[in-house]
Amino acid sequence: MSQSVLDPPTAAPAEPDRPQRKRRATNEGVVEIVGSAVAAVATIWLVFAIDGVTAWFGLFFCSYLLFFTLYGIVSWRKYGVLRMKDRLATVAVWSGAVLALVVLLAVVSYVTVKGLPVVLSKFPSFLIHDMTGGKNGNTFGVGAAIVGTVEQVALATVISVPIAYLTATYMVESRSPLARVVRNVVDAMTGTPSIIAGLFMYTIWVVPHGVNGKSGFIAAITLSIMMLPVTCRAALEVIRIVPGSLREAALALGAPQWRVVLRVVIPTARVGLITAAILGVARTAGETAEVLFTAGGGPHYNFNPFQGNQDDLPLRIYEQVFQPSAQAISIGWGAAFVLMVVVLALFILARLVGSSGSMFRVPRRSRSTVEDP
Amino acid sequence: MTAIAPVEPVEWDPADDIPIVLDKRQTGADRAFRILLGSSGAIVLVLLVGMLTFLGVKSWWALKTFKLDFFTGTVWSTPIHPGVLGILVGSVLIAVIAIAVALPVALSIALMINEYAPPRFRGWLTGLVDLLAVIPSIVFGFWGLEALNRYMNGPVSWLADHLGFIPIFRTTEPGNYADSVFICGLIVAIMIVPVVASVSREVMAQAPRDACEAALGLGGTKWGTVTDVILPFARNGIVGGALLGISRALGETMAVVLVLSSSNAVSKAILGPGNGDVAKQIADTFPVSGIHSQSELTLAGLTLFGTTLLFSLGGRVIAGRAARSAS
Repeated sequence: MSQSVLDPPTAAPAEPDRPQRKRRATNEGVVEIVGSAVAAVATIWLVFAIDGVTAWFGLFFCSYLLFFTLYGIVSWRKYGVLRMKDRLATVAVWSGAVLALVVLLAVVSYVTVKGLPVVLSKFPSFLIHDMTGGKNGNTFGVGAAIVGTVEQVALATVISVPIAYLTATYMVESRSPLARVVRNVVDAMTGTPSIIAGLFMYTIWVVPHGVNGKSGFIAAITLSIMMLPVTCRAALEVIRIVPGSLREAALALGAPQWRVVLRVVIPTARVGLITAAILGVARTAGETAEVLFTAGGGPHYNFNPFQGNQDDLPLRIYEQVFQPSAQAISIGWGAAFVLMVVVLALFILARLVGSSGSMFRVPRRSRSTVEDP
Repeated sequence: MTAIAPVEPVEWDPADDIPIVLDKRQTGADRAFRILLGSSGAIVLVLLVGMLTFLGVKSWWALKTFKLDFFTGTVWSTPIHPGVLGILVGSVLIAVIAIAVALPVALSIALMINEYAPPRFRGWLTGLVDLLAVIPSIVFGFWGLEALNRYMNGPVSWLADHLGFIPIFRTTEPGNYADSVFICGLIVAIMIVPVVASVSREVMAQAPRDACEAALGLGGTKWGTVTDVILPFARNGIVGGALLGISRALGETMAVVLVLSSSNAVSKAILGPGNGDVAKQIADTFPVSGIHSQSELTLAGLTLFGTTLLFSLGGRVIAGRAARSAS
């Protein structure tokens, strides 16, 4: 018995065992799908041409329906009901997803096509001038709005990010029942309609202070009401996945909780925390409803966010949209393009930061290995 | 032969073996740290409670004056007859249209990324969907106003002309199809697709791979795997994602402010002008309103806030349950 096991294999396999490779689409499959599509488009086009209808949307829609039916019939006759369902579902899933992505990208490209030429035609000046018209009364730009957006979002970040980090830490590190309540409150606040935040700050501050009530700082506070939950949730997700073993190791070595958090948890999660903050900034920079009642707007430069009305990008777009002249609307497109680029760039930055450092990399030891007592 | 030193027997008295007493008291620094953490949590709490209380106080006058009539009236005409339904129904309709359009599309994006697309594109597609979720709503609104209104004019007028016998496609003003609740719903749908897709994709990705492979191994088709393994598994997550999407859609302000034409009464004709929107009404009229109208608008805002909270908390709870059952 044991002899046969110990024997070397009598016949080595002639060829190494290669995995079978399935072919994605057979020629037949391609013929069926392309054939159905061509037949559908041709038929509908013919019908539309005879009727004298020219409606691209209708042509597309009817062709798609007919294609779907034809492809279904072909698959059913050839492979049976099960394969037919599978193939139709594949077509439906792909077309739904592609349609949505195409529409979303169409929005991005529409804004680019409308806005980029405006920015480029007067390249540096569009980003520098304010809306007063300049010396000749005809050089407009979004410089003042950019300054406003940068200052307001920066202030909002300074206000909300520390609170967001601390709250996220609290939710993870504390075992008190209040932490659960806070968690639900943060969740609830992510769903706050943005106009409500604007309404709140407007009634609490702007109304009592009259004409001087609006300022960049008030807008920043309103923005931070929206930024706080977004950043907090993202930070929570990162802090929560810091391995418990790191925490326990530090505690076992006798570190007090505050040191564990400051020297172990936060450094371990720092990349994710930065990502959370940038995400919050990206989400906040485009918020309009909050600044609608609170920033004040206005065509002039105002570098001081603490006093006087201040413009910003979303508000500038809002102002331009309802202007009657085509030139004013084109400035709106320019502003929309600048805003979109800023927001998308911030998001991509967040992603790059998030993926660059490994989240669980143990922080490098600081130069002073001897800790203060 | 090496000599092994004999081990000296250690003299010890069992009475000496006392366990070390650990000082369990927190140090002062720790206490301060906890207070710092707790107070930041409290700030968040106070913020929400403060917002609700303040808006509640502001809207008290309206609540006291109109009582239940406020919530049942179907025409919003401040300050005498504020019926919140006159503008709330529009908000809800927009959200319903948005989720009806967005949900199937978002699910197909999620399925496409997880199941159908080549694996090496998965990361890219996920990133792209998340990226599209941060485009500011005012940009979508601007696009809807300038582009979608124009694009949709043909199809919408066809709907109204040929399917007008269906009540929801009936129209009061033939030929006027721009700036309608329907168009707003479409724009908001485009905005919430990434949100819903991202949530449901994440849940679907947690579906047990061995069950999927078992289904395939038994000769099931890919679609069979989707309907019998992935979708039942991810059902709660999808519902949660959809509720989140609805709460987003309800609270959406700027796109609706830019696109929707002003109205203050309920209308069944979704293709034409008619139906207001709470957020739009507040954004358009709040600063120019008198004190009583402001109180009424605040109450309307609170009603919207409450509705949104209902959906978002429900969504979180259901999605959370899905995540727990998955792990």
